[in-house]
Amino acid sequence: MTKPVTLIDTRELDVDARAVNSMESRALYKKREQIYPKLVKGTFRNLKWVAMIGLLAIYYVTPWIRWDRGAGQPDQAVLIDFEGRRFYFFFIELWPQEVYYITGLLILASFGIFLSSALFGRVWCGYACPQTVWTDLYIHVERWVEGDRNERIRLDKAPQSLSKASKKVTKHALWIAIAAATGGAWVFYFADAPTLFREIFTGTASAATYLFIGLLTFTTYALAGTMREQVCTYMCPWPRIQAAMIDKDALSVTYRVDRGEPRGPHKKGETWEGRGDCIDCRQCVAACPQGIDIRDGDQLECINCALCIDACDEIMEKVGRPKGLIAYDSYANQNRRQQGKAVAYRLIRPRTILYGALMAIVGAAMIYALVTRQTLDLNVIRDRSPPYVRMADGSVRNDYELKLINMAPAPRRLSIQVAGLEDARLSAPQLNAEGLILVSAAADRVTTVRVHVLAPGRTTGGSHDLTFTIRDLDTGDVATSASAFLAGGAR
Amino acid sequence: MADKRERDHISGTETTGHEWDGVKELDTPLPRWWLYIFYATIVISIVYWVLMPAWPLANGFTRGMLNWSDRANVAADVQFLRDARAPLFRRLADASVSDIAADPDLQQFARAAGASVFGDNCRTCHGAGGAGAPGFPVLADDVWIWGGTMADIEQTLRVGIRASHPETRMSAMPAFGRDGLLSAREIGDVTEYVVSISSARQRLEPNMAAAARGAVVYAAQCGICHGPSGAGDRTQGAPSLNDDIWLYGGSREEIRTQIELGRGGVMPSWEARLDAGTLRALAYYVHDLGGGEPDAPPPTPEASPTSPTAATSPTR
Repeated sequence: MTKPVTLIDTRELDVDARAVNSMESRALYKKREQIYPKLVKGTFRNLKWVAMIGLLAIYYVTPWIRWDRGAGQPDQAVLIDFEGRRFYFFFIELWPQEVYYITGLLILASFGIFLSSALFGRVWCGYACPQTVWTDLYIHVERWVEGDRNERIRLDKAPQSLSKASKKVTKHALWIAIAAATGGAWVFYFADAPTLFREIFTGTASAATYLFIGLLTFTTYALAGTMREQVCTYMCPWPRIQAAMIDKDALSVTYRVDRGEPRGPHKKGETWEGRGDCIDCRQCVAACPQGIDIRDGDQLECINCALCIDACDEIMEKVGRPKGLIAYDSYANQNRRQQGKAVAYRLIRPRTILYGALMAIVGAAMIYALVTRQTLDLNVIRDRSPPYVRMADGSVRNDYELKLINMAPAPRRLSIQVAGLEDARLSAPQLNAEGLILVSAAADRVTTVRVHVLAPGRTTGGSHDLTFTIRDLDTGDVATSASAFLAGGAR
Repeated sequence: MADKRERDHISGTETTGHEWDGVKELDTPLPRWWLYIFYATIVISIVYWVLMPAWPLANGFTRGMLNWSDRANVAADVQFLRDARAPLFRRLADASVSDIAADPDLQQFARAAGASVFGDNCRTCHGAGGAGAPGFPVLADDVWIWGGTMADIEQTLRVGIRASHPETRMSAMPAFGRDGLLSAREIGDVTEYVVSISSARQRLEPNMAAAARGAVVYAAQCGICHGPSGAGDRTQGAPSLNDDIWLYGGSREEIRTQIELGRGGVMPSWEARLDAGTLRALAYYVHDLGGGEPDAPPPTPEASPTSPTAATSPTR
């Protein structure tokens, strides 16, 4: 067997990096230790660049996408119109009573995060969570202004000076600018973006607009700038929940104890026989935005961003050892390695099949509901007082309020009919000579019509089932609603 | 001392020293910023005491520097609404039924304002939706004692019934039994006759011999107000006796009791309490409940044989 040889002297790499959650210095209250994540290069860093740029682009650009819906309709592709009680998403327009689509989306999101956790552990935390994305952006700004890890540590230790102050002011000014842009983009989802943009800068936007911009500016600045890993460690419930989502086959960022230990500094030219591959250079700790040591094992604080993998791979390459001392791995594989068995990756297993199937079912149900969505609906509200009215000629009258829901962008001519009770007739100011009630329902509106139903006095007492039907005279669309007719009791 | 406490060997955190069935509790240190937030809330509360009404005093309370008053805010909101609605009320005051029906905005406003005023002032007696109660007429049906056009309804609202208004609608039925105007037997006969000319005759099956005797008494005592055929007379507020709607109950005993006692209710005059626009809204609401009659002058009973109610209830 050839004797493995290192290419560099690892003592040069030695840094003073210590995990913030190490066992030392515990007290009743825990002071936050500043973390100075070091820039790394590699596959996962590149993945995070793509995720960060892509997600930020979606967030900032979406409100500006236009979508023509015709005259009098908003031309914003994605718009949550609270005032008009509508939700617009490209070709979809939803009314408040169709909130079950949102329920469907939330169910999909839940199963999505269950599935991603079962497959790859906390990928949401590591790549897609807004806290991660904005923190990543803020760290890059910090690095751009103040330099990388060592320069930042030096700067913070240095006595106050003009150049230190100017760097700090520049950094915080940039942070606040990004925070304001974040809060500013948020409000565009709730109003016409170009109009609101003008209003914001001319000072004519509503107080609520400025309040929400201010609120999100503050939270972005505080959470991504000053709180960072504290949010994940102390505020977020997800790290606590994820234990239930992850099983022994789920992949997560893992230090390979079997390969790395016993760890220790390694001199150029020394043998690798009888020792682990970990040279204890602490690059993984220096790169970690959460400030932890992955070699301590899976931890609550770890967001699985995989930057320690990139950091370690860089070193392994330099010292001439195989990459993957820190890598995505599962508990099952760690056990297999201990027992000397071959590793196996089981991405397809009952749990992931179930999550995938549930997502497919919910997704299919939502698409079906969307494709077969009706734009005409009817709600009937029977007057409860008086429950019935006896008329001078002995007949009995019930009164109803009809909500004609026209979700189409054009007005409709509707006829109202009632069925289910013999000899019952409709009565309303709109009644025409043929005994039909004809009403026009405005576009994209709920039209309320009050109608009376009269039944002859011989109708047996008690409750009768009644069905109201509205029919579009032009398109033939039909909506029905069941109600009741109370004929009173015996006198 | 801290060193004496047990440390969990995995997390390195001290335990609280408690143990439940082998489960121990970690004494995880709180982040310091959490403590600072607690201090910040204390500071904020002191700032709040200075700015806002906070502490009760022997006679009153500390008002705070911002002069905040929920009472004043509500008053301002109410005034704002009054001002916003004033133009619509002014338009209502000059609008007829057809004017209101032709203007959807005005109609919606009249309905909403009328419903609200009805709920505040009328519902106690007439019931929600004008459902009525014994002695308090149903307003949702098509039976009107003093008339069912919008003008009639508004006039009734304005002057009231047996109220203190100088023009109030006034009618009084004698207490034929209590005041000894008719004997018990005559009252019994009239009761049978009244049942026989009403739509209640199918269900109450009057004694026709008694009814024939009662007809004579009716012609002498009742016909002058209720009309020779019992059709009623709205100009005097005499209800129709031809239908099966009874203000004081429709059983034989209840009809008889009403002849004995001649009861009549009181409705206040609303002219002094509600302005013209509000009265119009209220009249429109009541008219719109389902039994309102068209604005045209009511046709005489003989002239409207095709009216759906003509068979049993000629217009009164």
